[in-house]
Amino acid sequence: MRDDDTPPGPAPVVELRAIEKSFPGVLALRGARLDLRPGEVHALMGENGAGKSTLMKILTGVYQPDYGEILVDGKHVKVTGPRDAQALGISIIHQELHLMNHLTTAQNIFISREPRRGFGMLVDEAQMNADAAALFARMKVDIKPTDVVGTLTVARQQLVEIAKALSYDAKVLVMDEPTSALNDREVDGLFGVITDLKARGVGVVYITHKMDEVKRIADRVTVMRDGQTIETLDASNTPISKIISLMVGRELADATRAEGGPLGGEVLRVQGLNRGPQVRDVSFSLQKGEILGFAGLMGAGRTEVARAVFGADLIDSGEVFIHGQKRVISGPSDAVKYGLAYLSEDRKQFGLVTGMSVRDNITMSSWQRFTKVGALMRDGDLRRVAQDYVAKLKVKTPSVDQETRLLSGGNQQKVVIAKWLLRDCDILIFDEPTRGIDIGAKAEIYKLLQGLAEQGKAIIVISSELPEILRLSHRIIVMCEGRITGELDGPTATQESIMSLATRCQSTAA
Amino acid sequence: MSTTSTNTSAKSGFLSLAALQKAVAFAVLLALLAFFSIFAENFAAWNNMVNIMQATSINGVLAVACTFVIVSGGIDLAVGTMMTLTAVTAGLILTNLGLPLFYGIAGAMAAGAVMGGTSGAIIAKLKVPPFIATLGMMQIARGLALVFSEAKPIYFNDTPSFQLISAQSSITSLIPGLDIPNGVFVMFGVALIAAYVLNRTIFGRYIFALGSNEEAARLSGLKVDFWKITTYATSGMICGIAGLLIASRLNSAQPALGLGYELDAIAAVVIGGTSLAGGRGTILGTIIGAFIMSVLTNGLRVMGVLEEWKIVVTGIIIIVAVLVDLMLRKRM
Repeated sequence: MRDDDTPPGPAPVVELRAIEKSFPGVLALRGARLDLRPGEVHALMGENGAGKSTLMKILTGVYQPDYGEILVDGKHVKVTGPRDAQALGISIIHQELHLMNHLTTAQNIFISREPRRGFGMLVDEAQMNADAAALFARMKVDIKPTDVVGTLTVARQQLVEIAKALSYDAKVLVMDEPTSALNDREVDGLFGVITDLKARGVGVVYITHKMDEVKRIADRVTVMRDGQTIETLDASNTPISKIISLMVGRELADATRAEGGPLGGEVLRVQGLNRGPQVRDVSFSLQKGEILGFAGLMGAGRTEVARAVFGADLIDSGEVFIHGQKRVISGPSDAVKYGLAYLSEDRKQFGLVTGMSVRDNITMSSWQRFTKVGALMRDGDLRRVAQDYVAKLKVKTPSVDQETRLLSGGNQQKVVIAKWLLRDCDILIFDEPTRGIDIGAKAEIYKLLQGLAEQGKAIIVISSELPEILRLSHRIIVMCEGRITGELDGPTATQESIMSLATRCQSTAA
Repeated sequence: MSTTSTNTSAKSGFLSLAALQKAVAFAVLLALLAFFSIFAENFAAWNNMVNIMQATSINGVLAVACTFVIVSGGIDLAVGTMMTLTAVTAGLILTNLGLPLFYGIAGAMAAGAVMGGTSGAIIAKLKVPPFIATLGMMQIARGLALVFSEAKPIYFNDTPSFQLISAQSSITSLIPGLDIPNGVFVMFGVALIAAYVLNRTIFGRYIFALGSNEEAARLSGLKVDFWKITTYATSGMICGIAGLLIASRLNSAQPALGLGYELDAIAAVVIGGTSLAGGRGTILGTIIGAFIMSVLTNGLRVMGVLEEWKIVVTGIIIIVAVLVDLMLRKRM
């Protein structure tokens, strides 16, 4: 790490120093820092969860830091809310745009500070439209003040957000992955506007996962990892491999690698799967006893692939073969019938019925099997079988009548796993299997997964945590922007080799 | 996130919640009965008790129908007018076609099931929000009832046995003096079967799962659309029973009736502690809720309070019931 000397170059417009921030149970930032010069584009990079968004939320007043200082134009400031930030000339453009679709561009830009007339009772639409037109002219974009936002493309909506930021006389603009929904031509347009902003002395913090963009637009790049700022580098003189190794950083212990291997025999093959921009021409296969890792950065399309295979979302095209048979999966109930299970990353929303008991959650997918006279529930048997699985998977719960919302994350995950084991599913798709689970329980889940693979289950693990992927996977598929960008052998893959594939996006037209 | 160590206490807290809610509702019912017995002359007379039970029977059955839909996470605004349409259907079959009683009963229930199933299909397949779909169905059923009956009441004078369904009391021939009308027994019968279906059958289990978390249920492989349609159809069928009760009681199918009944039914469900968000509710609570509504109506009338004030009080009771529910849930 480098010492905190003021870097050479013009005085920074914004400086974040030694920022620390913790949330209940998590230390999100420790010793994070960033300095932004006027007229520069400063790329902010790091893995998912590295702390980029948290740091930007502190800069824009959404969060208050526990420790650390914020300087604007060399003066200490306290940013206690987004309004404060705006007053200081700091604006952010979120990945999810925050516009009101039914209003015009001018109404969106000047919302809550419309020019008034008629003793302040009426909105001076003419003045407002003229002001908006002036902003658009300054940006050299042909958007009309009277265009209804909902009718514009995402790229143009983004420009409206930029215009809104400019209307606050922004001297600092934070952009969070602004190109994720844009095609090539739109990216060119956006970069044109950014270059213009630079020329006017606006400092831009540019959060991105894409290496080619860093090379194209950034002057400097700051890499964050585990809540810390690792290093700030000159963008043009730094090789991509160096940035990647800084992002990945930590060394892995030798023992944390996948054990065993596939037992052979293909159980699942997916060919030419397409669904919107998030799943593009995805093909892969899975063997009995294999753990196949799906790696990639946020928004790479891994969850979307899983949901499409499982029938949770309708696909545009593609074929799925299960045990060599071509199957049409038009909904989750079909997928379950063919032995597929999907364990969602969001257990509370999509995995569990949190208001129902452990017993009902474990047995839910198998209720049909536990009826008499076609409809009556054999509750005694449900109880017994649920108790069986609670014992087998070591679920910590006072009884099977406990509501699942009262269990810890790890135990909730075990309940979901039990549900699918009871249903005799032999292809299990785990989406972020240890999200929200503490370290001790994580190891238990890993052991459980490995045990299932040894018993011949075929497993797909989607994870944003590289150590997790490396620890579990026999084989690794890496995705970026809806496409598979490469496949790696589990035991020989490295965090660097995965990350380099995960950032190798071909930004072709959507 | 909760940890395992807090589980035991939290659990006992929950167990008391469902029971507590029913206990509160029941206590309110007893308090109302005591209050009116003291302050309203003749309220406690047996005759009046019979009136209350009679009045409860129809709203009670409709409320049971609503409970199914509301526990599944939906809402049905059409129960009142579907009831009317099924009554008219029975009238057409028994009076206009002159078929035997059985066909009238089966026809009314089938008509309800078809109407309810249609609402369910519109909601499940066409993704129309339940509020809108059943608002439309409410008007459709109302219009059809008027069209089929030519906007005139249909009397059941040719089918004397029709009176047996609700108006007459069979038990009085066994125990003289105990002249509880049959309709009251029909309501309790419907409630018993409904409670059994909701708590013991796979269908009931699916209704709770749908109402608790539809997406999780879908991703667990449940045929969500099918069970939704079945839920609305079942609710419609129960409305058919309510249609028979009201027609029997009035000895006629009154096509102009029905509007407003859905609100009383939903109110009974809510007062009974069923969550409008779905996933939680009991038939027993609903029946207690229905009794609270009719005791209140009857008691105020006996006391000589203006009919209009009674409506105001009902509104207040509904809001208070939901507030109590929120408070109890926050406490656990």
